[in-house]
Amino acid sequence: MTQLALVIDLNVCVGCHACVTSCKEWNTSGPAGSMCDDNPYGKDPTGTFFNRVQTYEIGEFPNTETLHFPKSCLHCEDPPCVPVCPTGASYKRKEDGIILVDYDKCIGCRYCSWACPYGVREIDEHLKVMKKCTLCVDRIYDETLPEAERKPACVLACPTSARLFGDVHDPESAISVTIREEGGYQLMPEWGTHPSNHYLPRRKTHQHIHEDELQRADNPLKKEQRGPSTPIDAPTLDDSTSW
Amino acid sequence: MHPAFSVIFLTTLIGVGQGIFLALFTGQSYSAVELLPTQDSTRFYGNAAFIALGFLIGGLIASFFHLGHPERAWRAASQWRTSWLSREVIVLPIMMGLVFIYAIMHHFGWDSVLLTTDTGAQLSLTLIIATLGMFTTFALFICTGMVYACLKFLQEWHTPLTIINYTLFGTASGFILMTAFANTSAPDLMNFYGIWASIITLAVFVTRSASLIRNAQIKHKSTIQTAIGVRHSRIQQKSMGFMGGSVNTRDFFHHVSLIFMTKMKWIFMVLVFPVPLMLLWMGMETHSTALLFAAFVVQYVGLLAERWFFFAQANHPQNLYYQTV
Ligand code: SF4
Ligand code: SF4
Repeated sequence: MTQLALVIDLNVCVGCHACVTSCKEWNTSGPAGSMCDDNPYGKDPTGTFFNRVQTYEIGEFPNTETLHFPKSCLHCEDPPCVPVCPTGASYKRKEDGIILVDYDKCIGCRYCSWACPYGVREIDEHLKVMKKCTLCVDRIYDETLPEAERKPACVLACPTSARLFGDVHDPESAISVTIREEGGYQLMPEWGTHPSNHYLPRRKTHQHIHEDELQRADNPLKKEQRGPSTPIDAPTLDDSTSW
Repeated sequence: MHPAFSVIFLTTLIGVGQGIFLALFTGQSYSAVELLPTQDSTRFYGNAAFIALGFLIGGLIASFFHLGHPERAWRAASQWRTSWLSREVIVLPIMMGLVFIYAIMHHFGWDSVLLTTDTGAQLSLTLIIATLGMFTTFALFICTGMVYACLKFLQEWHTPLTIINYTLFGTASGFILMTAFANTSAPDLMNFYGIWASIITLAVFVTRSASLIRNAQIKHKSTIQTAIGVRHSRIQQKSMGFMGGSVNTRDFFHHVSLIFMTKMKWIFMVLVFPVPLMLLWMGMETHSTALLFAAFVVQYVGLLAERWFFFAQANHPQNLYYQTV
């Protein structure tokens, strides 16, 4: 079994929205049709996005920490959005676990978006069908692309490599190892959806310096009472040659 | 959730249609065992069944306004194995078909007694159709209720009370309308329907109050902490990732004040229960069709408010991600 997924490292995400724009660019120009965009430069811009980056503040001023939080379909292993679909337009692919919507079957009833606790399904208000992240299914298998580019557009766009892509069912894949070793976690575990996408927590690097570490106790120079160099105001060799 | 008018009308209108049909089934089965006087097929059963059909069709039309692609609606019958919505889509036309058959059989008097017991009880063809229709009616109530009750993270809906309320609200409104209808075309049944309508209305008063109390005490399982997976008691959203609105802010929030919500609650509590009961009682005393019909209209308006509140009250966990622009 394969379950393709993303791992998002919140420790390095800088909230630049590069994944949001590259996702929209790739998917709106794809064979599945455009993703609507109304008043993009006007007063009330609105449109369909597969991926959004949100920002949270943790703690109380002045002890706060900013968390940038990209969110797209988590390609749940037990997706509540799929069984509720009355038409079968929403489905989970057997071969790689990607959850897709068949835009030709979808009747736009929005029921699946009610059934997703994460709010990542957005109905396209122009095409009237449900849209969501496809994990760039139209690019990851495209053999006309160089192998290094057969990844979701967001992963390629991320300037800090906060987004990793791979198979979470393969215990030795890079992302499985990362999830295991870096404390990868899932969102809203209380609903038993088993999201495939994982998040890596913010990690702080701490260094403790003890008082006695500031002074080297076994400094050999100190022991022999000899300074490391001639006194600062004594003439140096440079001084004497410049006479 | 944002209350969608198409769904509000769908659920309330088919509820009335189902209620009328249950009333017809009850009436006919009582008269089959001679507990109630027999009524004229065409004028009473036939016409009332056509009225029920009208409400069901009205609900169906309303539901189409909810769909982005109504021309593909037939596809919605395919996933009955897993989807309650799909099951509802299948059961609704079956019920409409049965009501239609029942209506024309009565209208044209195509009926025959299949069996007569020693006690004089008669089993007629239309009663068999009515029985099938009764089961379908309950199946439809269950499907409609389960569409909402099966979504476990919409905790306000995830309770058997949702199904019970849908069933009782629909039945109550159908019985009240039948009381008014009986007053014009079958006066002997007026009190029978009126008393049942009152009992059902009182019953749903109890169950709806129970669900209001339950919902007022709900502790939501999802919090901002589980939503983003950070353990800290103070987390504030600073940006939801876009400046304007999106489907997520329009479809999942009711966008009204708390005061408005409370008002809506009291409006429906008054319009669905005490006012129609009063009108019903007065109408039954005075044999006034106008009053009985007014009881139905008032309760129906109340039910629209009730359904609005039902949707608005549900708190979707996705809202945790959309707290601020
Ligand atoms: S994140 Fe939502 S849309 Fe994606 S698979 Fe899970 S439940 Fe379905
Ligand atoms: S909106 Fe489309 S994909 Fe979603 S449940 Fe309805 S038919 Fe299925």
